[in-house]
Amino acid sequence: MKDFAALFDRLDQTTATNAKVAALVDYFKAAPPEDAAWAVYFLTGRRLKRLVNTRELREWTAGASGLALWLIEESYEHVGDLAETMHLLLPPAQLKPDLSRLSEIIETAIQPLAKMEDDERQEQVTQLWQEFDGTERFLINKLLTGGFRVGVSKRLVTRALAEVAGVDSSLVAHRLMGKGTPNADFYQRLIADQADVDFEQSTPYPFFLASPLEQELEHLGDAQDWQAEWKWDGIRAQLIRRAGQTWIWSRGEERMDGRFPELETAAEALPDGTVLDGEIMAWRDGAPLPFSVLQTRIGRKKPGKVTLEKAPVVLLAYDCLEFGGEDLRECPLEARMDALEQALPENNARLQPSAQVRFSDWNELPAQRDRSRELGVEGLMLKRKSSPYRVGRKRGDWWKWKVEPYTFDGVMIYAQPGHGRRSNLFTDYTFAVHDGEQLVPVAKAYSGLTQKEIDRLDRWIRNNTKERFGPVRSVEPMQVFELAFEGISHSPRHKSGIALRFPRIHRWREDLTRKDADSLNDLKKLLGSAGSKSDSE
Amino acid sequence: MTEPLLTPDAGGLYCRAGNFWIDPLRAVPRSVITHAHADHARSGAAEVVTAKPGIPVLTHRIGEPDDLTGLDYGESIEMGDTRVTLFPAGHILGSATVRIESEHGTWGVSGDFKRAPDPTCEAFAPYPCDVWVSECTFGLPVYRWPSPREVVADILSWWGACKAADRPAVLFCYALGKAQRVLSELAAAGVTETVWLHGAMIPLTECYRQQGIALPPTLPATEADKGEKFKGQLVLAPPSASGSPWMRRFPKHSAGFVSGWMRIRGNRRRRGYDRGFVLSDHADWPDLVQTAADMQARKVITIHGNGESLVRHLKDQGLEAESWNLRQTLAPAKSESESA
Repeated sequence: MKDFAALFDRLDQTTATNAKVAALVDYFKAAPPEDAAWAVYFLTGRRLKRLVNTRELREWTAGASGLALWLIEESYEHVGDLAETMHLLLPPAQLKPDLSRLSEIIETAIQPLAKMEDDERQEQVTQLWQEFDGTERFLINKLLTGGFRVGVSKRLVTRALAEVAGVDSSLVAHRLMGKGTPNADFYQRLIADQADVDFEQSTPYPFFLASPLEQELEHLGDAQDWQAEWKWDGIRAQLIRRAGQTWIWSRGEERMDGRFPELETAAEALPDGTVLDGEIMAWRDGAPLPFSVLQTRIGRKKPGKVTLEKAPVVLLAYDCLEFGGEDLRECPLEARMDALEQALPENNARLQPSAQVRFSDWNELPAQRDRSRELGVEGLMLKRKSSPYRVGRKRGDWWKWKVEPYTFDGVMIYAQPGHGRRSNLFTDYTFAVHDGEQLVPVAKAYSGLTQKEIDRLDRWIRNNTKERFGPVRSVEPMQVFELAFEGISHSPRHKSGIALRFPRIHRWREDLTRKDADSLNDLKKLLGSAGSKSDSE
Repeated sequence: MTEPLLTPDAGGLYCRAGNFWIDPLRAVPRSVITHAHADHARSGAAEVVTAKPGIPVLTHRIGEPDDLTGLDYGESIEMGDTRVTLFPAGHILGSATVRIESEHGTWGVSGDFKRAPDPTCEAFAPYPCDVWVSECTFGLPVYRWPSPREVVADILSWWGACKAADRPAVLFCYALGKAQRVLSELAAAGVTETVWLHGAMIPLTECYRQQGIALPPTLPATEADKGEKFKGQLVLAPPSASGSPWMRRFPKHSAGFVSGWMRIRGNRRRRGYDRGFVLSDHADWPDLVQTAADMQARKVITIHGNGESLVRHLKDQGLEAESWNLRQTLAPAKSESESA
């Protein structure tokens, strides 16, 4: 545990990428494989299933520290991170030399909590609190509460493992896509030096992500070298057909088995050893349904008949990563498009090729992009015909060229503190627009301000708080912000009756006052426009 | 009920019975200044009463008032219908708490204070009073200080790591009080190497040195040889220098910050410091609570900082307590509210 805590400290004490990778490499080289496996597990963002609920943890912290529960709550509100709050409030531990191992603590002290009675669990957790202090205790609390972020991306962990293994980082990235149990064997496979380690059939390939286009089209070179597609506003997914089975993975590397039964059925028509990359879309009569319709499918692990009927989905495939069991990622896009054509069954409504946008000259494209709203898409994708399928967000071959977002002016009415790095700063805001005499909330937004603006706004919020509801504060409705969003739809679940898609802050309009904010009617007018169709259509 | 001995005014506290202000931020005829930090000491008062050991630093900061009275700790002075005595606050060199005795009872007023040992100033001295006016900068139980010895050892080991890596070690700390405390702790730990200082710290550090406080040799960073890269050297700078062009002279430096706020990880991460060292010149939560008990007051009033939690906690323990927001007395007259 000490080594893992030391790794955490090293990662936490630098912002330099190379220093982080060096710290990871040092750790992986020295750590026993069963510990390294858990370290990879947590550093790549996986988490233990919640073993203790946070209410219990707060109560036990109150018990162990002798502080009133309300003081625990206020401290948490101030710190913004429960694991850290508990660590700071608990009395200093009776320190003994820490000889324990990370894997041992997880497997013999933390995971067994799942099967214990309440008193027994409290005793076990309290004992851990008495035995550990400093970074170790903070980290144990992190494991107990689930979340674990240290400013290390999966990409950095991949880089470090590749360096330890002496193999290409894209190979490690692929190996990491699997969801093995974190044990010595799992780790050995990650850092094995050969490319042909046996994989689970379900393992997807790491996704290739596009970057926003920030240059003139002409600067991309010859238009003939590029292919254009619509940029769909759905769920990016990989569909795997191997050994007579089907798996569907989201870009967030979640398996979505059972959620899209119609796609799984359709996939039976694919030849074995096929992996498609594309977008899951809610779709009817050859056109996309609004994202809010697709949303009704996202949370459902086993959608019922009504849901399937109301929100039918298709996969719009735009890449073929494996065909005939062969990894095609190094082949040029053109060749992969041929493979896609061969792989897709003919006239299968559920599995369709994503339509390409034909053009022969760059100056034809802006007009095409302007049709985006009307067609219900986010804009255009530009892909270099000769490009391989890369890993992660590598600039140069895939560009997304989105339409300009909608904007409106809203007034801030609530604020609450963020988490992690932004804890104890008010960074999460709720915005409202006029509805007759009243203000009605329409959007929450977290991003878009500079650190300086956040600091200034934080002070303003503290000085202009009207009421407190737990961590949330209502503030004088005075500050107006220009907000951008991608789409709008009817929503019976919201008081305003509308839901905005991906709202974020564009600008703090200090030149405007409350009366300058837009009205709900202004927003509702957009409901009529194409591309933001209502659910009922 | 008689009126309270003190009321918030001019950004500080006004004592009608004695006709003086404590730590006013606006110009007033007569003031008692607890210490020289800018949020307590402003120029503009014709008459100023302060603790003798604090005079050099105070006059450096606010100039010479027309009428300056220096009191030894424990020495009393009659002011109007009150008797005022200053006691060491343990906050920075020359800092004091103010005891006011009057027919309205005895009040103790902290400017800022701490209970942790500090080689640069006299230790806080408690005394019984009816009402204790307490600062509350760190008024939550998450603020609990490690021992200064441990923190100094951490600073030294960080500096050692910087030496090994040939990097400048830039340590941010407040220019008055904290910088000199850190220097003095380093001297006590046997450091004899020259420490480089930001210009803002030089005269204040000289004030301390002239009062006989042992510090390692210091030099202004601007006086280093041209091309000096400060590899493995320790540099002290105020937080305001962070991100300024002045920092360009320390390529590849590691940045540390010495402050009680560093107890919370998010505070350090957000400000972008590599290392945070939890060493404060303010009382932590246990000491705020303990001091309220040591002063034997029946009532505690918090000032400076968010006192709501401390007030509630003290009430839970059976004391009278309330929170005053002094700075509100500086706010301009309220304009009409915008909301209907």
